[in-house]
Amino acid sequence: MTTEPLLDIADLVVRFGPVRAVDGVSLQLPPGPYGLALVGESGSGKTTIGRAALRLVTAVGGTIRFEGKIITGLRGRALKNYRRAAQIVFQDPDNSLDPRMRVGASIAEALAAHRIATGRQARDRAGALLAEVGLDPAFVARYPHQLSGGQRQRVAIARALSVQPRLLVLDEPTSALDVRAQAAILRLIGELRTQRSLSYLLITHNFGIVSELCEQTAVLYLGRVAESGPTGVLLDRPAHPYTRALRSAVPELGAHTRRARVILPGEPPDATKPPPGCVFHPRCPLAIDRCRTEVPVLRAVGPGRMAACHRAEEVLAEAAPATSGTEAGAPGAATLSASPGAVPASTAGDNPPGSTSAAPER
Amino acid sequence: MRLAIRDLDVRFGDRQVVGIDELSLDPGEIVGLAGESGSGKSMTTLAVLGLTHTVGATVRGSITLDGTELTSLSQRDLREVRGRRIAAIFQSPSMSFNPVFRVGSVVHGALRLHGMTRGQAAEAASQAMRQVLLSPSLLDRYPLQLSGGQLQRVAIAIALALRAEVLLADEPTSALDVTVQAEVLELIRDLREREGMSVLFISHDLAVVAELCDRVAIMRNGRIVEQGPASTVLSAPKHSYTADLLAAVPRISSAGTT
Repeated sequence: MTTEPLLDIADLVVRFGPVRAVDGVSLQLPPGPYGLALVGESGSGKTTIGRAALRLVTAVGGTIRFEGKIITGLRGRALKNYRRAAQIVFQDPDNSLDPRMRVGASIAEALAAHRIATGRQARDRAGALLAEVGLDPAFVARYPHQLSGGQRQRVAIARALSVQPRLLVLDEPTSALDVRAQAAILRLIGELRTQRSLSYLLITHNFGIVSELCEQTAVLYLGRVAESGPTGVLLDRPAHPYTRALRSAVPELGAHTRRARVILPGEPPDATKPPPGCVFHPRCPLAIDRCRTEVPVLRAVGPGRMAACHRAEEVLAEAAPATSGTEAGAPGAATLSASPGAVPASTAGDNPPGSTSAAPER
Repeated sequence: MRLAIRDLDVRFGDRQVVGIDELSLDPGEIVGLAGESGSGKSMTTLAVLGLTHTVGATVRGSITLDGTELTSLSQRDLREVRGRRIAAIFQSPSMSFNPVFRVGSVVHGALRLHGMTRGQAAEAASQAMRQVLLSPSLLDRYPLQLSGGQLQRVAIAIALALRAEVLLADEPTSALDVTVQAEVLELIRDLREREGMSVLFISHDLAVVAELCDRVAIMRNGRIVEQGPASTVLSAPKHSYTADLLAAVPRISSAGTT
């Protein structure tokens, strides 16, 4: 990353009452086309980070820079300009489109608010934007309820793109959609990222959708980064036991690709009373005494990779045989599945070593 | 055969929303009913529960439980079957619990409705909670104080306490985190092993179906376009729609191969 990051988040802290929803997170997003995935369970802080980046929630600590300028103190005109540069697409398009407005008017409203176009010109632009997201331009005359969920999400994307943002926050853009609509939206994002040179944060709980769209992935747990790195190697060889568990929990087609499943006991802890030491230790199959007392710092564990785990090297070493096509009795699988409730894999014939390539092609 | 559906026809007025020729569930079998929104999966659940009239639909055809025809039962007799012999869990467990009542009172109410005394219900509820790996103390809490995964387990605990023979699971994990989903799937698998419960698992997620189900039926526009052993249907689909659905499932292992 030689160029200046488009978005540079440093030591971000966001509080909701007693809850530190985001607790010292640092992330960088290079200029587009580039995707950074924020992955985690409910309550991990992934959505809050996205909203803080857009100034939709207020940070109580840390800095957020966009193109080198701190955006946390922006007001008035400057804030409005920033909002034009940074747009968001929400999970549920029903809540982001006014049901009483025709689709064309919804898009034209965004254009008018940022004084890009008004009247007839705005309506023409709306039609062109619909075409760009794969919809019939004649849909400008439709109401949201006349469209399917996937079509509505395309409209929400068109509206976000209408102001030509440089940064897009995609907050679970496909999780409310059927599987075919989801695949189509993911394809669309893939096309738009190249055509528009988009840079985006893709917020999701589903590892399944990040591999083709995001060069980098950050795994979040209870408001902190557990692990970050190039998506491909992070998924193939997790360095954090939480990443490994999350990865193994994703159902996949084809039993031959199934890994030893690590079932995590319990749920993420109460965020008002985070546990001492490593916040993940109560659920971690590898926790040792040190994890109960000493907070692991996020540190380099490989090229471009960071992990906040005292035992990251062991996790990485264990992951190595698991990716070389050994049987279910591989040391890594055996150690990790020793936790109560874990299910041994039927077969663990995993990806060949050559598949550990990194980010999607640009 | 425990549950058998034949020539099921569900309609809103003239519009047919479900037209199933044949779908059955053996004891201890997990059958997936997969399809997209609007394919008729959930209407099929409502038909089995004898609840289609609540949404204004009419049912024709046959649904039998261990040979007993359910479609001709009175609502009063159906109440004996529903909940007790055929239990159901839904996508949003918070909708199954009244927010102003403690979880325990909802559970006890369900058990007492099916003939347990106060003491029996309390005992059975605690035992079932332990079976789904929850502390019985959670029964004293309000629904909002439990997570989605915990509430879904409580819903399953009710089915367990009543020793239901058939569990209708309508997208029971779609609203849950993947880690919690994994636990709930494990629990359903476990119920089948230990209790011999038959499960009709309704889902739009073919990867989940592949992992959990013995057989699968693919639904589209109210009809089953293909059914058979899950491993066969999902690895060598005969119908192009099944193939389309399979192609749309995201694959993690394709990282970097594009």
